[in-house]
Amino acid sequence: MLSIKNLHASVEEKNIIKGLNLEVKPGEVHAIMGPNGAGKSTLGYVLSGRDGYEVSEGDVSLNGKDLLELEVEERAREGLFLAFQYPVEIPGVSNMEFMKESVNAMREQRGEEPLSAAEFLKKAKAACKQVQLPLDFLKRGVNEGFSGGEKKRNEIMQMILLEPSLCILDESDSGLDVDALQVVADGVNSQRDGKRSFIVVTHYQRLLDYIKPDFVHILADGKIVKSGDASLAHEVEKSGYAFLGKSYEEAEA
Amino acid sequence: MSEQIEQALERKYEAGFYSEIESETFESGLDESVIRRISQMKGEPEWMLEWRLKAYRSWLEMEEPDWAHVDYPKVDYQAISYYSAPKSMKDKPQSLDEVDPELLRTYEKLGIPLHEQEMLAGVAVDAVFDSVSVVTTFREKLEDAGVIFCPISEAIKKYPDLVKKYIGSVVPRTDNYFAALNSAVFTDGSFVYIPKGTRCPMELSTYFRINEMNTGQFERTLIVADEGSYVSYLEGCTAPQRDENQLHAAVVELVALDDAQIKYSTVQNWYPGDENGKGGIYNFVTKRGIAHTNAKISWTQVETGSAVTWKYPSCVLKGDNSVGEFYSVALTRGRQQADTGTKMIHIGKNTKSTIISKGISAGNSNNAYRGLVQMGPRADGARNFTECDSLLIGDKCGAHTFPYIESRNPSAIVEHEATTSKVSDEQLFLCKQRGLDTEKSVSMIVNGFCKEVFKELPMEFAVEAGKLLEISLEGSVG
Repeated sequence: MLSIKNLHASVEEKNIIKGLNLEVKPGEVHAIMGPNGAGKSTLGYVLSGRDGYEVSEGDVSLNGKDLLELEVEERAREGLFLAFQYPVEIPGVSNMEFMKESVNAMREQRGEEPLSAAEFLKKAKAACKQVQLPLDFLKRGVNEGFSGGEKKRNEIMQMILLEPSLCILDESDSGLDVDALQVVADGVNSQRDGKRSFIVVTHYQRLLDYIKPDFVHILADGKIVKSGDASLAHEVEKSGYAFLGKSYEEAEA
Repeated sequence: MSEQIEQALERKYEAGFYSEIESETFESGLDESVIRRISQMKGEPEWMLEWRLKAYRSWLEMEEPDWAHVDYPKVDYQAISYYSAPKSMKDKPQSLDEVDPELLRTYEKLGIPLHEQEMLAGVAVDAVFDSVSVVTTFREKLEDAGVIFCPISEAIKKYPDLVKKYIGSVVPRTDNYFAALNSAVFTDGSFVYIPKGTRCPMELSTYFRINEMNTGQFERTLIVADEGSYVSYLEGCTAPQRDENQLHAAVVELVALDDAQIKYSTVQNWYPGDENGKGGIYNFVTKRGIAHTNAKISWTQVETGSAVTWKYPSCVLKGDNSVGEFYSVALTRGRQQADTGTKMIHIGKNTKSTIISKGISAGNSNNAYRGLVQMGPRADGARNFTECDSLLIGDKCGAHTFPYIESRNPSAIVEHEATTSKVSDEQLFLCKQRGLDTEKSVSMIVNGFCKEVFKELPMEFAVEAGKLLEISLEGSVG
């Protein structure tokens, strides 16, 4: 489904991703962990095609398509979803109208009829309940005045509605208390259907107690330096990123 | 990113077509004889001609204002034709069947079908084409309610007492340069009278179309809401795409007597000129309303067109407890320049005013808000709240705010809030990551920014205004 080969990418002429390889098969959950500055968030932005993130080398394909050739919105319509670490506010645009437009953009791509207002409302209400946000959040401006935790839940609500094939969660656990973490994780787990794949980017092992990964990768200095199963995350939890060498230890301290 | 936005902003002007209609157009130039001819064409009584001539004589002694934050070559008032009307209108068609079908087609193309059965059920339309009113719909239904809705040229003859009493009572002949010019040469416009205690049974609207070349449009609208009455009125405007600038200098006067309410909405989409600033309408307009005791006047405007806009719909809050509101969205792009805002003149006690202004600047445009809040010595307990927000798209445009506050009453409260923001890369990225293209993303963000104003528009037109912004922002993203 997703295949990343020897990816090199830079931001403002600074190399951040330096030869990254990753294969994600349908239905798999891959966790990407790593110290600050390893390039975790950059990976999400590069894959989703954000301006300013330049790919200098390598290939990325999603469902057989050359991802790097596509515009941001085309990648999204191909089923790539990025849950933001810091979701931005769009004042005056209600969550409802924003998501309706975006759900219908996805449907159009799949050759489906747009949802009517009533059909959409039904789905939106269900998703809203699932992430335990009050229904009036549908009417409120996108992320407008939301708390950090509400923003994260709102991202998961969007993910549920958009039914993407690949979800990249960029530190969806940061700043959440245990209850909110549970809600976010439940939302994600409900979407695991054996076909949909996930890349869970996180700094802490904690999230992985709730979202059980099939694979854990350690990203350091723009490369995956170690891969393993869920037990690798526990190892990191116990001994930090010490095995990466002294410089990372200090960076963490 | 900003390049993509720029592209997305390259707009098509959809109302830019010209209609082949045989017209009777005065040769260009302005002197007393031209005014006499206009008055004669309209079959006006002597008092009206006298009024026009007085205005003309004062105009000659006035100077064109230059304080606005706009820059344009001097208008040559002798190069303009002051009257143009479709020839077919000369014999005054009695019904729609007698109106030149090409005229009807023009309005249909603009999305304003004039056949009553095809229209939005709740809206009556007065269609003004260059210097004349082509047709006014639903007149009988309105007459049943006692409401007068007709071209002002007709009102001058049919209801001279009403017109005489109120014309120039809010915007005097000598109010300003453009108002004086309008008073001298105005050709048509709408007249509305809502009798005491009557709620006008439908929305009223006037659609202004400039068609002929080198003509100016000088319309005059007068709305009188008698005690305890209510009316909601909307105007829309478009013009063909041309390389020459054309002048539109209108005057609108609103009179809200005790306990009356007038809601006046404008969707202004005059041709804005091309991306290099060639052509477009100069929109120099004076709009003012006077609110008597407990009366309320509400201006809502969505300004997307015109090369240069100079416009300050204002409220004179004369009566105690009267209320004035001004909700504005002004979008400029390309080389457009807008200097727009309002004046809230608080005279009576406990008068209240609200100003919400949303300026959106893109391309190389300049967008200025200019607003005066004046609290008079008698205005005990008067209150004003002003919110002025600017949204910048790209980095070559300008947003300016010129608030003037004059308070001569210590008990009056004036609040002013202003913000400036940009369509951020983060916002665009979020929208696009959710599958929306750049155009849709920008127009959604802009629509969100304008929401507070759009919700003030009558429902049918809120949708239209949203669409208009979308068209305005429409372009060819590669």
